[in-house]
Amino acid sequence: MTRILRFLKPYRKQLALVMLLLLVQAISNLYLPDLNADIINNGVAKGDTNYILQHGGIMLAVTLLLGIVSVISVYWASRTAMAFGRDIRHAVFSRVQSFSLAELNHFGAPSLITRTTNDVQQVQMAVVIGLNVMVLAPFMAIGGIIMAIRQDPPLSAIIAVVIPVLGIVVALLMRKALPLFRTMQKRVDRVNQVMREKLAGIRVIRAFVRSEYEERRFDVANRELSETMLAVGRLFAIMMPTVMVFFNLTLVATMWFGGLRIDSGAMPIGNLTAFLTYIMQILIAVMMATLMFVMIPRASASADRINEVIETKPKITDPAEPVVPLVRSGIVEFRDVEFRYPGAEEAVLCGISFTASPGQTTAIVGSTGSGKSTLINLIPRFYDVTGGSLLIDGVDIRQMTQAELWSRVGFIPQKAFLFSGTIASNLRYGREDATDEELWHALEVAQAASFVRALPEGLESPVTQGGTNLSGGQRQRLAIARALVKRPEVYVFDDSFSALDFKTDAALRSALARDTHDATVIIVAQRVSTIMQADRIIVLDEGRIVGSGSHEVLMDTCQTYREIVRSQLTEEEVA
Amino acid sequence: MSENTTTTSAVPAGRRGGHGPGRGGMMGGGGHGLMAGAGAKSKDFAGSLKRLAGYLKPERVMIAVVIALTVVSVGANVAGPRILGKATNVLFEGVVGKMMGEQLPPGTTQAQAIQMLRAAGQSQIADMLSGMTVTIGKGVDFDAIARWLLILAGVYVLSALFSWAQAHLMAGVAQRIVYRLRKEVDEKLARLPLKYFDENPRGDTLSRVTNDIDNIAHTLQQSASQIITALLTIVGVLGMMFWISPLLALISLMVIPLSVVVTMFIAKRSQKQFAAQWERTGTLNGHVEEMYTGHSIVKVFGHQAEAIEVFDKENDGLYQAAFRAQFISGTIQPSLQFLNNLNYVGVAVIGGLRVASGRLTLGDVQAFIQYSRQFTQPIVQTASIANVLQSAAASAERVFELLDAEEEVPDTATPVHLAKVEGHVEFRDVVFSYTPEEPLIEGVSFEAQPGQTIAIVGPTGAGKTTLVNLLMRFYEIQGGAILIDGVDTRDMTRDELRRTFGMVLQDTWLFKGTIRENLAYGREGASDEEIMAAARAAHVDHFVRTLADGYDTELDDDSSNISQGQRQLLTIARAFLADPPILILDEATSSVDTRTEALIQQAMARLMKGRTSFVIAHRLSTIRDADLILVMNHGAIIEQGTHTQLMAAGGFYSDLYNSQFVEAYDEAV
Repeated sequence: MTRILRFLKPYRKQLALVMLLLLVQAISNLYLPDLNADIINNGVAKGDTNYILQHGGIMLAVTLLLGIVSVISVYWASRTAMAFGRDIRHAVFSRVQSFSLAELNHFGAPSLITRTTNDVQQVQMAVVIGLNVMVLAPFMAIGGIIMAIRQDPPLSAIIAVVIPVLGIVVALLMRKALPLFRTMQKRVDRVNQVMREKLAGIRVIRAFVRSEYEERRFDVANRELSETMLAVGRLFAIMMPTVMVFFNLTLVATMWFGGLRIDSGAMPIGNLTAFLTYIMQILIAVMMATLMFVMIPRASASADRINEVIETKPKITDPAEPVVPLVRSGIVEFRDVEFRYPGAEEAVLCGISFTASPGQTTAIVGSTGSGKSTLINLIPRFYDVTGGSLLIDGVDIRQMTQAELWSRVGFIPQKAFLFSGTIASNLRYGREDATDEELWHALEVAQAASFVRALPEGLESPVTQGGTNLSGGQRQRLAIARALVKRPEVYVFDDSFSALDFKTDAALRSALARDTHDATVIIVAQRVSTIMQADRIIVLDEGRIVGSGSHEVLMDTCQTYREIVRSQLTEEEVA
Repeated sequence: MSENTTTTSAVPAGRRGGHGPGRGGMMGGGGHGLMAGAGAKSKDFAGSLKRLAGYLKPERVMIAVVIALTVVSVGANVAGPRILGKATNVLFEGVVGKMMGEQLPPGTTQAQAIQMLRAAGQSQIADMLSGMTVTIGKGVDFDAIARWLLILAGVYVLSALFSWAQAHLMAGVAQRIVYRLRKEVDEKLARLPLKYFDENPRGDTLSRVTNDIDNIAHTLQQSASQIITALLTIVGVLGMMFWISPLLALISLMVIPLSVVVTMFIAKRSQKQFAAQWERTGTLNGHVEEMYTGHSIVKVFGHQAEAIEVFDKENDGLYQAAFRAQFISGTIQPSLQFLNNLNYVGVAVIGGLRVASGRLTLGDVQAFIQYSRQFTQPIVQTASIANVLQSAAASAERVFELLDAEEEVPDTATPVHLAKVEGHVEFRDVVFSYTPEEPLIEGVSFEAQPGQTIAIVGPTGAGKTTLVNLLMRFYEIQGGAILIDGVDTRDMTRDELRRTFGMVLQDTWLFKGTIRENLAYGREGASDEEIMAAARAAHVDHFVRTLADGYDTELDDDSSNISQGQRQLLTIARAFLADPPILILDEATSSVDTRTEALIQQAMARLMKGRTSFVIAHRLSTIRDADLILVMNHGAIIEQGTHTQLMAAGGFYSDLYNSQFVEAYDEAV
């Protein structure tokens, strides 16, 4: 928690101001009962009307001051806390932007989203309240004690008894409440989860006639949640009356002992009224401070989760002295590349050497775990090689800036990802100054022109977040068109044709071949028909290249390749 | 002092929102009441609340008890300051008596003392004295004070006990109602047609079951009893005030409408800001989600700088909105405090004057000040009641909307039971469409003999879902009939009909739980041996055994810890276990490596043996060997026949076949 507070540093001045204002508030708040005591002692008891009016005027002035000061302090406290939240969000977001795939996958996108939004919200809220309660409570408590002692020192002994007892009572209740809260959160999550699964799998549930089973499953989650919520509700039912009865009995005790003091002539009667007010202020302050301790672990957990992100250094960074390749032709060379996950015994890729040249299509096939996806993820430097080197246009990609590298690479992932906006804005993602003609051309090549044309708004048709208003095949084709608009030197297709039917797949491939004839094309595919006519097919097995060459050559020489082909086409078709 | 005492601004605004479980009561900051209303508005406010109240009916005895307890608790609480005032009076009278006793000879009566004071020109003190019961020379009557204080302690303990009992019972009431509501909604979901789930976004339905019901729960448990307490407190306190001094009460009374107006005025403004804040939060979260999930695309297209730029813009917008919301709602407390203090000064001054003139006792003024301090909280609570109720009504309405959604046509009362399903499937002049404007299937007929394979062919997304929807009776057909072994599917129960089908679709669905649990989903009560046999048949037994926990391996929420191919094999195993006479399979194996794909195909082939199978076909061999090919396009069945027949017809199929498969075939040769 303390580490996250460094984000408050730029707002030192504002914080100091808020503190000062809170101090003024505390003092004025404490001054009011004092004035009131004066009115009773010197005005009421002596029947001095002028005194009452005069001091009443002062009280009013103090109150007005208090109001103004409160508004100003709320203003600056809100401003500071919100700016604090904004700065943390910025820090988290920028840091995530610099992450490579390794760091991103380490956290997982959903977790990172929560950290950027909810967790920051939690910490921010803690600061908002902290700026009010955490600062004001000690002021009020200490100030209240000083004022109470001023009224009558011996009577103040009550405070010494009451505060620790209250602290213990609240702490005990909290100790019971905290685990309950955690359980409840878990059970709320459970209900949500069961319901989400139900909704996602409604067809399967019905197909397997498991509605009753699901109902029982939900009922268990529901009942457990209700039980916990009941326990929490009942704990709260005890909590408030307990605290209140404690307050009130303190009041009674103060009255009794105060009476004795007054009777002995040691204390004027007006002081008793003020004393009562002070003691209440102290107790409330102590209670609020105790409750704050409940918030701290929660905000602290969030702060830790945020810190984890901010303090993660991306492993892949730009070199200090980047090299700019002399040519821009798109030659991709793997030179004895090895890749292993940190700490893994076996390398995912090992001894990979090949060169993909402009004007050529290089296809990569192999079974799961053979390392195909990993191999092409190395090209845009989503991961760094752990051995050997990967060169583009003769320069090790670790020696050039990432921007330089990415400007040469068009990457089409397995799962097409579109951004919310319009079709045009998505297509221009790689090159903002592309003309409409260029967009249409890319769409033609990607076999997407006909469906885009059929849309009422054409290029300006809206795309929802994640492209959910388009079919999987449409998204895939748009993702391909997007890469085409960018006109990179190297195209990397990560099994990007799988969502397309054979007909579209075939048409797209032949159009693509025409359009990318001077670019380097690297394709990973499951379907043999997709890659059969590639200039070179690289067959991977368990991270090693076991075959390389054209379809015909590999059919003759590579057992693994033959197996793959056989599994997809029947004997007669292969023959 | 009462539960609502706000002596200082140290009490955060959040307390107003109640100390709700799980809401982080103290975290409320802007106050629950203010934020809740920022969301949806209900369309039929009164109607929804009335219906919600219907849920309270079975609890009416309990609720009556709760209200009775609240009345006692609030009553005792309100009586407190008055009793304390009595004790103060005794004390004050004792002090004055003692003071007088020092100046006057013992035995002087109060009346004599007053006369003497007037004679001495101290008429003001004389006036004050005339309003008291003083025995000159006698000190403080501690017996009397002890009596009053004991009563006071008793009253406070009583109030606390009743308040505890009240909240304890109310928690039970609220939880029972919410449990029932959740259960009802869940049971309702089982009776809704699939159409409902297809038409309504999942997140929306989920939110009705969770957020909306939570909101109702919170209102019932916290706000309801809070409002009752608040209203009773206002009435009680006002009564006490008028009893003590109608004049002072009138002054305090003026504060109420003023406070309400101020609260409403500010709340209305802050609500707008909170709405803006939520909207901004939504936009920002949307952007974050998009940028994080599309991380690699953002990078490869070199868009990080733009992403941060957009983020900063949205972030700053959120900052502005959040700050305004926080600030405006933050001014409520000081404003009310100012009004309250105004009242305090008024009471002190006028009360002081009246004590001095003997028309009021000091204890009365003290009690009055306490009462006026107890006033703010219940007023704020009452002022926010509209928002709380509005929000609860909106939530209730959304839940009721779900509960009122049109249900499936009920199963026939006299279902036909098929002892053994052979697997004969017939479509007889089937007419179907999702919307009346777009007819989809008009009079389609075909017949599948037991054990036959029916291939479904067509461009991507051509309507496999439709076929599944009809066969499984997820949707109702509008004309004709679908028959299984000669029985109209509508003459069977849905459960029985669906048990005759096995589905192995590409969008596999596994839930969080162990592999064993997931497999056993195919048949309730399957033994371990049966589960493993099914896994072996689906070629997934070996894979499962290579996992550290074997069949007890927990699958993640989205089953991301096993590959797509393994998932598909698991669903095949599940179908083996279910052993249905009719199958619906999807051959598509995208994102599956070739070896696993081969395994899947073998497993599928084995599964299909002896069963009538509808196969969404992707493989040439499957299509050509099929007993019947259904050619689908845009959701409709446009051609049907065997491969030879369809090729001879030279229609859509032969076009499709020539363009798709021949090329691949030629190249392969």
